[in-house]
Amino acid sequence: MSRIDVRKTYKLFIGGEFPRSESGHSYPVHDVRGRFVANAALASRKDARDAVTAARRAFPGWSGRTAYNRGQVVYRIAEVMEDRRPQFVEALRHGEGGTAAAAHKLLDESIDRLVWYAGWADKLAQVVGNANPVAGPFFNLSSPEPTGVVAVLAPQGSSLLGMVSVVAPVVISGNTVVVAASAERPLPAVTFAEVLATSDVPGGVVNLLTGSLDRTARTLASHMDVNAIDLTGLAGEAERATALEVEAAENLKRVRRAPAAEPDWSVSPGLDRMTDFLETKTVWHPIGV
Amino acid sequence: MDPTRSPGDRHVFEYAPAPESREIVDIRPSYGLFVGGEFVDGRGRSFKTISPSTEEVLAEVAEADATDVDIAVAAARRAHGRVWGRMPGRERAKYLFRIARIIQERGRELAVLESIDNGKPIKETRDVDVPIAAAHFFYYAGWADKLEYSGHGTESLGVAGQVIPWNFPLLMLAWKIAPALACGNTVVLKPAETTPLTALLFAEICQQADLPPGVVNIITGAGETGRALVSHPDVDKVAFTGSTEVGKAIARAVAGSDKRVTLELGGKAANIVFDDAPVDQAVEGIVNGIFFNQGHVCCAGSRLLVQESVAEEVLARLKRRVATLRMGDPLDKNTDIGAINSAEQLAKIRELSAIGEQEAAGRWSPPCELPEHGFWFPPTIFTGVSQAHRIAREEIFGPVLSVLTFRTPAEAIEKANNTPYGLSAGVWTEKGSRILKMANALRAGVVWANTFNKFDPASPFGGYQESGYGREGGRQGLEAYLR
Repeated sequence: MSRIDVRKTYKLFIGGEFPRSESGHSYPVHDVRGRFVANAALASRKDARDAVTAARRAFPGWSGRTAYNRGQVVYRIAEVMEDRRPQFVEALRHGEGGTAAAAHKLLDESIDRLVWYAGWADKLAQVVGNANPVAGPFFNLSSPEPTGVVAVLAPQGSSLLGMVSVVAPVVISGNTVVVAASAERPLPAVTFAEVLATSDVPGGVVNLLTGSLDRTARTLASHMDVNAIDLTGLAGEAERATALEVEAAENLKRVRRAPAAEPDWSVSPGLDRMTDFLETKTVWHPIGV
Repeated sequence: MDPTRSPGDRHVFEYAPAPESREIVDIRPSYGLFVGGEFVDGRGRSFKTISPSTEEVLAEVAEADATDVDIAVAAARRAHGRVWGRMPGRERAKYLFRIARIIQERGRELAVLESIDNGKPIKETRDVDVPIAAAHFFYYAGWADKLEYSGHGTESLGVAGQVIPWNFPLLMLAWKIAPALACGNTVVLKPAETTPLTALLFAEICQQADLPPGVVNIITGAGETGRALVSHPDVDKVAFTGSTEVGKAIARAVAGSDKRVTLELGGKAANIVFDDAPVDQAVEGIVNGIFFNQGHVCCAGSRLLVQESVAEEVLARLKRRVATLRMGDPLDKNTDIGAINSAEQLAKIRELSAIGEQEAAGRWSPPCELPEHGFWFPPTIFTGVSQAHRIAREEIFGPVLSVLTFRTPAEAIEKANNTPYGLSAGVWTEKGSRILKMANALRAGVVWANTFNKFDPASPFGGYQESGYGREGGRQGLEAYLR
């Protein structure tokens, strides 16, 4: 008789821990051919609030680290991901279909994208910050700072490369994040969370919710302790996105609007996914004896 | 604690020896050149590298002759044309990240080896040289795939000929190789003849990282080898750190050619202490400024400019602090000051110090016993120094501090800038606006305020005037390797 395998329970990732949904709800996840793969946790509004609390708690520590250190931590995620290739390839093939070669390619891109963003940690200020030659005897310097807690609605289609491409630029600058993963393809995100847990990422820097956006998106968009929201996951759903943007106006969240269609994630990103979640701080100081 | 002293005595504690084990390093009896990805025999003679703290011979090292230089440059050229110059930045980046990681992994080994070959305390190699070298590779690895954001172009130059000094052997190697490789250049690097061992260990690190052959070539030798390298017609870019004298010779040698050049040369930095400075903090900064790395630092704060009203107090506290510095075995974790790097350098420090004495400056050193073997020079302070004194004008490159005084900020600026150099300067005052005013007025590439001798891969370093040209570190550090 062949061996019966031990199957993994897919859970949420909040504050560095893997809780089931406090609601006790789960939902079935199927592969591209419609076969049952696993039950994923169905995150509730309360889970979303808990994730925001965890992200807020992690913010001072993460944003207070040196940029060099944040860069090393994110690079370490790439190292651990590379080490778990087979697991991701399998998850991608289940969720997104396609050949093994295509899945490898997606994984290559995901890892390299993490490396690309890792390098930005200690360079962003050198590219988007600057000394300002004001007309007077003043030292005047503008530097970028992270905006705070960012909610990210991850792409629904590209469950790994797309998710990495929206999460890495937010955290590299010192923000902490609550991610709502692809609802239909949540498993690579959960595996990614397991990578985070075994990298050097402090608990609470990345928090991951699985399940329908209907349950969590509104809570995140209206939460008064969330500083910004990325609506990428609502690509092509202008009406829902607009409703969330209206909610977000209550505390003037920075909003990255939903694109008309899900972007091509294989294209090299620009700086905008980082700069959208930055504040510029300008310091004045007199010069004189 | 010394048992002969009563517990009531307010004296410093005696320290038991705390030597770092040498076991971690494996020094081979002889080393060849690292060319085209492997170690090869040199065609020239060989020379010995010794431990400056004991004069023990550590290894026999090949002295590359002109043909060896030719072969190394050809290997670099090939690697540039066939592999490295064409490789996408994001792939180059991953090699550099690997190197950064291996330096971190083998950090203790590198630190011990550096201390043995250079004579500097393990405390410094372990906490400064090696971690900053790793950080430098990490930082520039991240630039390799972002050159379009640098503002300095995206094209590599070709082959870089790089010559580095003995004061920070591995760190200077990192400053040279990391940005060059990030930008797609290949390199031929010559470490100093008295400190080749960490560069040769670095060659092994390149092998462990599977760096394509010929991307990094390490050739050992002395002045002749360096001259052959920097004047080689197939070298596109020359990067040199060392004396102003040799820097000028290089500038002459490349005149009229298409070679790009950066020079990081000598200094005679002023460390300016105002009367409102926090004295204890300033004293620590003065000590760090001149006695860090035995004063073998091009940006050392070798001229202390102290405001007259506090001069007496600062000097008294400075002497008290210097008397507590521990000099001796570089591998002892408590050692503050190690050995002078070579007999030649020791002779130069002695000569200039003797001249200082003849010129009637007051010479002071704490009572301290020098080890029998090796090259040693006690921390030394000259007081009553005037701007005309040679010890206030020439770079001594040793643990020798010249103290001058000033009354007004204008006088401090005047004296600080009265030098052909312009690498660094220090300012100590509680008043922010004065720091910035002084920083604007000082003709120096780096100004440290209420700190000194701070280095970071993200921060550009380099000098004005005869301290050289070009900057290393930061976004600006890419400029030298791109077009």
